[in-house]
Amino acid sequence: MQTKRNRLDQRRAPIYEALENFRRMRVVPFDVPGHKRGRGNPELTAFLGQQCVGVDVNSMKPLDNLCHPVSVIKEAEELAADAFGAAHAFLMVGGTTSSVQSMVLTACKRGDEIILPRNVHRSVINALVLCGAIPVYVNPEVDNRLGISLGMCREQVAKAIAEHPNAVAVLVNNPTYYGICSDLRAIVKMAHDAGMLCLADEAHGTHFYFGGGLPVSAMAAGADMASVSMHKSGGSLTQSSLLLIGPNVHAGYVRQIINLTQTTSSSYLLMSSLDISRRNLALRGRQIFHQVADMAEYAREEINAVGGYYAFGKELVNGNSIFDFDTTKLSVHTLDIGLAGIEVYDILRDEYDIQIEFGDIGNILAYLSIGDRPQELERLVSALAEIRRHYQTDGTGLLSQEYIDPEVVISPQEAFYADKISLPLRETKGRVCSEFVMCYPPGIPILAPGERITEEILDYIEYAKNKGCSMTGPEDPEILHLNVLA
Amino acid sequence: MELWFSEFHTPDVKHSIRVNKHLYSKQSDYQRIDIFETPEFGRVLTLDGNVMLTERDEFIYDEMMTHVPMAVHKGIRDILVIGAGDGGVVRELTRYDRVKRIDLVEMDPMVVDACRAYLPSNACRMDDRRVHIYFENALRFIRRCEGEYDLIIVDSTDPFGPSEGLFTREFYGNCFNALKSDGIMVNQQGSPFYSEDARAMQRSHKRIADTFPISRVYQAHIPTYAAGYWLFGFASKKYHPLDDLDAESWEAENLYTRYYTTRLHKGCFYLPAFLEEMLREVEKKEAQ
Repeated sequence: MQTKRNRLDQRRAPIYEALENFRRMRVVPFDVPGHKRGRGNPELTAFLGQQCVGVDVNSMKPLDNLCHPVSVIKEAEELAADAFGAAHAFLMVGGTTSSVQSMVLTACKRGDEIILPRNVHRSVINALVLCGAIPVYVNPEVDNRLGISLGMCREQVAKAIAEHPNAVAVLVNNPTYYGICSDLRAIVKMAHDAGMLCLADEAHGTHFYFGGGLPVSAMAAGADMASVSMHKSGGSLTQSSLLLIGPNVHAGYVRQIINLTQTTSSSYLLMSSLDISRRNLALRGRQIFHQVADMAEYAREEINAVGGYYAFGKELVNGNSIFDFDTTKLSVHTLDIGLAGIEVYDILRDEYDIQIEFGDIGNILAYLSIGDRPQELERLVSALAEIRRHYQTDGTGLLSQEYIDPEVVISPQEAFYADKISLPLRETKGRVCSEFVMCYPPGIPILAPGERITEEILDYIEYAKNKGCSMTGPEDPEILHLNVLA
Repeated sequence: MELWFSEFHTPDVKHSIRVNKHLYSKQSDYQRIDIFETPEFGRVLTLDGNVMLTERDEFIYDEMMTHVPMAVHKGIRDILVIGAGDGGVVRELTRYDRVKRIDLVEMDPMVVDACRAYLPSNACRMDDRRVHIYFENALRFIRRCEGEYDLIIVDSTDPFGPSEGLFTREFYGNCFNALKSDGIMVNQQGSPFYSEDARAMQRSHKRIADTFPISRVYQAHIPTYAAGYWLFGFASKKYHPLDDLDAESWEAENLYTRYYTTRLHKGCFYLPAFLEEMLREVEKKEAQ
């Protein structure tokens, strides 16, 4: 079914093929990198393998150049665009952070307004610091039982558009970290009717392009740009990503924006991994993600049979703020056994040698993918059963909400560059923060530059620190002090 | 013609057995299964190229896995056996009249089929009316059991293959939960000799010692396993493997054995100094 839709021969992988060809030519390197196919760094070669360092090469005519692709990279991008149903695809080597930032920098200039949910990844707000655009937050709905923020309601988006008719774009998480999707098709239409672009952060949605029974992908929904973390569910190497655009965005301008911050020495390890992974997804993705969704469904049933835990799924769908749910995600609500998600996350790692993606205030998320097998799932389920038996508490003193409504006082860029002073955490109440505070992962800011610090936020930060969340963002790594506007 | 089966015990040590005939070779959903006919060891079963048993020395392993706990706890009636698709452990257990139920959980039906066809001396009691075979993931099976068994025997492959889940804390915890209040768990604990095996042995011993109030290790000499030197774990909620050994009662069962004796039972828990030290190291240490 996938192959029928594709215009190009998805069995091709031009960058990979060019590298194989290049290897056979046995070209003598008098160019960078200086390790010269690993000979100059035997320890690194022993660690990573000759096969790997042998293709860590520089841009050159037969291998094209990511800053201005004309041959094999251009072909690889065309194949990716074809596979994802986009007008154009850009291979990205700075992580999905670079895709998201390029997307925002393409859409917004200094002073422009952009409509977005507050539970965006830090990379989005970072981009606002860089370009000086002003965020208009649509408060996501919150599920009171689970304590997580959901998608954006259609009415809330419509209201934001009506109140800010000059905004240039609407940004949507498709899906959130937990797998929750907004009504993307409707939001695209609202944005377009108001002359705005619709941008999608699909860091957790690569598989939407290849699965049956999964939520709609951004390109299929008619969105204008999408940032796709190929290295998450797509199976490519860490730090590789794709930026997709629709027909309304000018590819040449996007390339210029990307080149503002992108390295001129792009790694062929990353680019070839994108090429090979795209081929795999186009040829076999449907079957792969079917298996992943089946495994997640099985795990949900088994975890819910343990008792106490709630592994949530499609039953949450409400047609609006949870318009759809990504069934490949395995999120488990832990508060009913009297443990914070972060506590379960730590116990799994320290006592059971199981590393999951993250734990927050009330939930854990286990990331399932292309590489999982049923026997490891059995370990996870059994470990959760054991944790319940050994560590269950009555749950007093646990917080349940991870989302706090922010008050934006000034733009992220103004706040970031303003004169500031450092104050002890508890003395910052009522001041305007000039830096980020977040738990990582998931990397969704508790505070962003330009937001008012409230008692509730300070309580939350201290609680998360006490529970063992790894907190990042502020200049003070201990987070005993925060920078606030002077 | 020279035809040899070789197994690497470490990247630098190889153990080879001359082969007369390759009787069986299939890839199951979990592993590659082979059976060879050999002049020295008789028929040899290998999984993913690792020797599981040979007709010549399987009696040592199967007797030590079964008679040690059976001689300590006279009340053993309900038994769960995990792995052991060849049937050797089941064969030994069915020799006791007092055993009422043997639940065997084996992940791979093809192992059972292959052994029924080619290793009848092991698989001969798999049709005993007390034996119930479940083809299932053991972790999944045992999650649902609570206070059901007197004895659990974990006859797994090594911890680097498809049996990895049977060397984990979550598995031992679930075993503890599935045992009655005086239950015993016996597991194959690998070899302490080569460093990678030794580390795996230490890790699993630590997890068992963290889970059960009594956790002791015993040894046997098995020629075709790595270094010819093998360990077993005896984990128990109540019975001590030496203090509670009831030699007289066991002798009264009148079972003929070729390796196990109640005198050997007392000796096999006395370990060499280097091994005592390795075990002490992890019994004391906090989470690694």
